[in-house]
Amino acid sequence: MNRISMKALAVFVSCGFVFAALASNGCSRASANSITLAGSTAFQPFAEKLAERYGETHKDVQINVQGGGSAVGIQSALSGAAQIGMADLLELPPEAAALKSTVVARDGIAIVVNPVNSIKALTIDQARDVFSGKVANWKDLGGSDSPIHVISREEGSGTRRSFDKLVLVGAKLAPSALFQNSTGTVRQAVASDPTAIGYVSIGLVNDKVKALTYNGVPANDTNVKNGSYPLARPIFLLTKGEPSPQTKAFLDYMLSDEAQKTLEKEGLIAAK
Amino acid sequence: MDRFISKLLFIAACSSIAILALIALFIFKEGVPIIIRSGLGHFLFGRIWSPLEGQFGILPFIIGSLWVTAGALILGVPLGVACAVFLAEFAPARLAAVLKPAIELLAGIPSVVYGFLGVMWLAPIIRVHLGGPGLSILAASCVLAIMILPTIVGVSIDAIHAVPRSYKEGSLALGATEWQTAWRVILPAARSGILAGVILGMGRAVGETMAVIMISGNATQIPHSILDSVRTLTANIAIEMGYAVGDHREALFATGIVLFFFIMALNTVALRVARRRF
Repeated sequence: MNRISMKALAVFVSCGFVFAALASNGCSRASANSITLAGSTAFQPFAEKLAERYGETHKDVQINVQGGGSAVGIQSALSGAAQIGMADLLELPPEAAALKSTVVARDGIAIVVNPVNSIKALTIDQARDVFSGKVANWKDLGGSDSPIHVISREEGSGTRRSFDKLVLVGAKLAPSALFQNSTGTVRQAVASDPTAIGYVSIGLVNDKVKALTYNGVPANDTNVKNGSYPLARPIFLLTKGEPSPQTKAFLDYMLSDEAQKTLEKEGLIAAK
Repeated sequence: MDRFISKLLFIAACSSIAILALIALFIFKEGVPIIIRSGLGHFLFGRIWSPLEGQFGILPFIIGSLWVTAGALILGVPLGVACAVFLAEFAPARLAAVLKPAIELLAGIPSVVYGFLGVMWLAPIIRVHLGGPGLSILAASCVLAIMILPTIVGVSIDAIHAVPRSYKEGSLALGATEWQTAWRVILPAARSGILAGVILGMGRAVGETMAVIMISGNATQIPHSILDSVRTLTANIAIEMGYAVGDHREALFATGIVLFFFIMALNTVALRVARRRF
């Protein structure tokens, strides 16, 4: 009895070691033949689509696309955790100076409300007042008498930083603002609340939410491209040092006409 | 041979404590510097959380955690204890055999599913009927109350079963009704066990993250009513961890330290209370 239990214990313990060894081994082997992209949740769905397309013709390469936000994109490119960092920012922060950056696309930010909301347009000042909490009721904008629920992205999000710079311009976000930690959940929150207002990538606007015109200009790709719609920011791809041939090939693919066309079809604005 | 095994088991036991010590060490190493730099008072009682501008006041989140947890207990404890009394004392054996596993099953539902239900179903109901943004203290409390039910019910049932039979028999023999016996004799006798269950449930409510992020709205203000949106300590860490660098990152670790003390205190109280059993 004693011997059996001892054996069982020995097996149990050695299993642990073997498992740990396998896990660490597996990780290092995976990285040799795979490319990891991490960062901006706004660009993530598009990167996934491109990775999928690329994978159809390049079966030997495995591409992992992770979210996390633009700051994660910069951090993981710096640390080498990801071969390619993704960041959607108006301008890159100083810590990204060590990275090589390429603009892969541009993306507009649409201010969205629930489809039942009667408001269709905001001026520059109105938008700033709403998001800074100065105007807190829809009736002040000509809508129904109900409080405005501002929904924002959390501190550190690339979309948030760009939005703060472009719309709030120095003013502070309303303290009562709710926070959602991805573009998709902001859209969901606005879609389920008739009195909510939020902001999402133009590419992610669907029929569940209504995009407002900003300063009289409708939020759509054409207007972002010709520069008349001002709420837009570039999406950067960041690499550290000289990329490996595989990474380089995928980067080139993302900038190729074919991939850029796909991005345009999905709702982004091509870089070229 | 026995000595060898006992040594091996000793090492295994030590390793789990060592992991705890390492985690604590790491959190403190990362978080303490920012507390010292911005001052403990400013950190704990500051009202403004604006990490990119160097303002790290976590008072709104401490208050948020307290509100949400208190709400969960107010809703969950009466329900849980009543449920336990019914299952342990009044329910026919067959019914109890179905109900008890069903309640335990609640513990197996992933918290993200609770959060999803809260967002899609509970929050709109609250917004339409009571006002506010819907994603609120009330919504979070309701969902947490359900999440802590299995803990409270399970521990309370054990506590009630642990009450010596002679108490119940004595009470019934003196002419007390079943209800009087349950309310006046069994519940007071099982009090410390039930309290331990409540405190364990409280620990779960304080520590819950995913569901709370989804349904509390995560505003950084100090709430004025239960219909306001709040952010809890756990939610603050989880939401911003991905982005945080430098001081901001340290401040999140410091939030973790506060949470660490919060939960240590709760567990200590729970252990103390549980030890005062029969």
